[in-house]
Amino acid sequence: MRTALVLGIVLLCAGCGLATSPIIDPKGPITLAERDLMYDAIRFMLIVIIPVFVLAFWFAWHYRASNKKAHYDPTWSYSGRLDLVIWTVPALIVIALGVLSWNNTHKLDPYRPLASSVPPLRVEAVAQDWKWLFIYPDQNIAVVNQLAFPSGTPLSLKITSDTVMNSFFIPTLGSQIFAMAGMQTRLHLLADEPGRFVGRNMQYSGAGFSDQEFEAVAMSQEDFDAWVAKVSQSDEKLDPESYRALAKPSQGHPVTYYSAVEPDLFDKIIAKYSRTQAPPSQAMAE
Amino acid sequence: MLGKLTIEALPLYSWIAMSGALFTVFAGLAVVGVITWFGWWRVLWSEWLTSLDHKKIGIMYLTLALVMLIRGFIDAMMMRSQQAIALNSEGYLPPGHFDQIFSSHGTIMIFFMAMPFMSGLFNVVVPLQIGSRDVAFPFMNSVSLWLTTAGAGLILISLVIGKFSTAGWTGYPPYSGIEYSPDVGVDYWIWALLISGVGTTMTGINFVTTILMRRAPGMTLFRMPLFTWTVLTASIMIIFAFPSLTIACGLLELDRLLGMHFFTNDMGGNMMNFVNLIWIWGHPEVYILVLPAFGVFSEVVATFSGKRLYGYKSLVIATLSIGVLSATVWLHHFFTMGSSANVNFFFGVATMIIGIPTGVKVYDWIFTMYRGRIRFTSPMLWTIGFIVTFVIGGVSGVMLAIPPADYLMHNSTFLVAHFHNMIIPGVLFGFFAGYVFWFPKALGFTLDERWGIRAFWCWLIGFYLAFMPLYILGFLGMPRRMDHYSIAEWQPHLIIAAVGAFVILLGIICMVVQLVVSARDWRNRRDLTGDPWDGYALEWATSSPPAPYNFAVIPEVRDREGLLDMKQRGVAYERPKKYQDILLPKNSGIGLTIGALAFALGFAMVWHIFWLAILCGTAIFLAIIVRTYDDDTDFRMPAKEVKKIEDQRYKMLEQGWKEEAAKAPAGATGATGSLQESPT
Repeated sequence: MRTALVLGIVLLCAGCGLATSPIIDPKGPITLAERDLMYDAIRFMLIVIIPVFVLAFWFAWHYRASNKKAHYDPTWSYSGRLDLVIWTVPALIVIALGVLSWNNTHKLDPYRPLASSVPPLRVEAVAQDWKWLFIYPDQNIAVVNQLAFPSGTPLSLKITSDTVMNSFFIPTLGSQIFAMAGMQTRLHLLADEPGRFVGRNMQYSGAGFSDQEFEAVAMSQEDFDAWVAKVSQSDEKLDPESYRALAKPSQGHPVTYYSAVEPDLFDKIIAKYSRTQAPPSQAMAE
Repeated sequence: MLGKLTIEALPLYSWIAMSGALFTVFAGLAVVGVITWFGWWRVLWSEWLTSLDHKKIGIMYLTLALVMLIRGFIDAMMMRSQQAIALNSEGYLPPGHFDQIFSSHGTIMIFFMAMPFMSGLFNVVVPLQIGSRDVAFPFMNSVSLWLTTAGAGLILISLVIGKFSTAGWTGYPPYSGIEYSPDVGVDYWIWALLISGVGTTMTGINFVTTILMRRAPGMTLFRMPLFTWTVLTASIMIIFAFPSLTIACGLLELDRLLGMHFFTNDMGGNMMNFVNLIWIWGHPEVYILVLPAFGVFSEVVATFSGKRLYGYKSLVIATLSIGVLSATVWLHHFFTMGSSANVNFFFGVATMIIGIPTGVKVYDWIFTMYRGRIRFTSPMLWTIGFIVTFVIGGVSGVMLAIPPADYLMHNSTFLVAHFHNMIIPGVLFGFFAGYVFWFPKALGFTLDERWGIRAFWCWLIGFYLAFMPLYILGFLGMPRRMDHYSIAEWQPHLIIAAVGAFVILLGIICMVVQLVVSARDWRNRRDLTGDPWDGYALEWATSSPPAPYNFAVIPEVRDREGLLDMKQRGVAYERPKKYQDILLPKNSGIGLTIGALAFALGFAMVWHIFWLAILCGTAIFLAIIVRTYDDDTDFRMPAKEVKKIEDQRYKMLEQGWKEEAAKAPAGATGATGSLQESPT
């Protein structure tokens, strides 16, 4: 009986696709910790929730008008002891959840560098309509719609947008964060083992939103070095002119490799929006 | 001359948009045709459109809400069916149309379904419940109604002329800015919200004043029924929250119209200021809707358990603390902005703290049932369905309140499932319960229970089918607002969700049938006593529907359960020895005129027809001046006429009692039967 029940639940979950869900079965420590945090929260809340289910059904059934055996006491409307319980128990749960929340909000702060013996790989991500550009400043390469990195090496991301607000997210690795023009956000991720994951923009951004996905590829260090070498062979270079062409709206943009990147391109993309006055030439043109 | 308006504004870009437009136009023409055919214009004008009677204004609000519910639900069906089929295909809706639909769905359901539904219940119930003859500002009440209707009109006409916003119901810039959304859709959204927002703010002012100043003698604050308490709290919150929405939309319009830079990417603009402003309104807004529904549940659960409400003071304190706390949590809508851990923690914990008074309320309702004698009428079913379903939404809400968990679930369908899990049981079930509960009070006959119970089950089952899959899809990493997708594992869940939407459709059909069947048999369903449920608050002391003046003699309140106490003292239906003249507000067409002008003003601003906008603005200003100088706004109903109406009322009452007495021995278990068993 019990095995049948367990089997039933397992089958149901497998049927839902939950067993292989990027969040239930994560590939990195961040999503794992965030998932466990959700489980803990549910456990605490069951203390309040289960009595609600039990009492709501029990009272509704037992005190139905047709049940003449049930005790009827129309003026009973207060009990100090009961009130104490229904105020304090939720309060205690919130205190417990608060402690949990304090610890984890700091521990899982997306800005916080991950402790590791290996130095992190720096990548700068730029949201565009409707694609993602990844700049590898230390390797002097750039890639559209593909984010490759070695597994076991922390990924240190700087994120901005060259269009409307976007939201950067690789579900199975963890922590979504906004990409906003003129501003920089930070995110630190880590993949436990090699694999190919879906990453995407989560914030609605217009006609091409639904296809604004990229492939996140965690690979071994050797494979990553080979990949960098391959990208460095590319004929295309990301200079101001080719950047402007790239930044134009496009849908389903293919993975594109750039073997060289204009210095400080990421900072320039942000600085573009920092001006508070139109430059004189442009003002005149307008 | 016509600004940006050209023939290209017609929705010729897709046959679906075109048929939506034609449907809207034909439905409008059909309504006009029916009214003309039956020659109802005169009655409509003099009895309804120009009425300042809070009960009639309330009924008009409810009518607006039900019409907009159907419109918003058609949007929902279209989205669910699109997503059910759009695996690796475009489905039947192009992206430019799908995003208009999710934007209008959210905008309509919050601003033009839930808000008018809420204002309608305020209007029908509150003055009666506090023993007042009307609201404090009857004329302003009429202006509120027509401004809300003007906003709804702008949304409806955007289907026919031009496009609606594609920026979602919260219209985040810079996407909603002129650079990325150059067409008129966002302007429709802004002007609909600005105009209806003024109306809502005035509703808030009106009800705070009414409740504080117009209570019957003896009704101290702590003798107010819980619904009135929730209306008071929600109205105060409206006054504080809505200016923030008005500012956010107003500044966005300045960006769009005059090229300013409040929320643009560059030139010193910052989109996050808009996001902060809109959620400083948006989060209290959730509680503005939920609290009155909580009030309805409190009334319903006490009435149908035949018992005093458990923990009245607890519930009042919980209501007030939710009202205060709701203004401290707005940042949880964008934990993923990149603010520091301390900031996120503060707003996360503030959010969880709201869970405490909310949990207390749930237990108070449950313990109201304890030792009660529960009648399972449809309002009671809505309430029990709400309690059980709402706590699931509460769990997902607390999960989202923990910032690192929110990093996983933000912008996903899990979030969509969560807020529908709060709004549908928490707001809609409550309003539906209130609709059935107070329908006889407003219109004089009860609604058919069989169809009401069918509607309940369809809604409940449909809700679970439609939204539980979305929770799962959140774990599968599906973002909200996708018009198509390429991950095959998502599709089965989306198909189940579409089936759920279909079951909810059956629920709506049941409600329409319920209304039609009940109206057809209204003569047999009349509520002769004015107290069909054996209620305890003052609204049940009047006839159904109440006389224009509500109470011929203002009752004196001595207890929290005003009417119950009067029944027990045997003075509930005592005939006064003498009647007096009663002052009542005269009808006025100015409210409707201002609404019509505001609609034209909004339309003109959307299309940049500035001469028309200036003309309408000036006309509104003049209409207000004219009204201000009108000193003759009331009429005196002579005591003789009051006596005539009251004599009629007592005749009906006696007939009602006779019918009840005749029914009771036959073993009736219905509402009226239990009057005999009540503790009186």
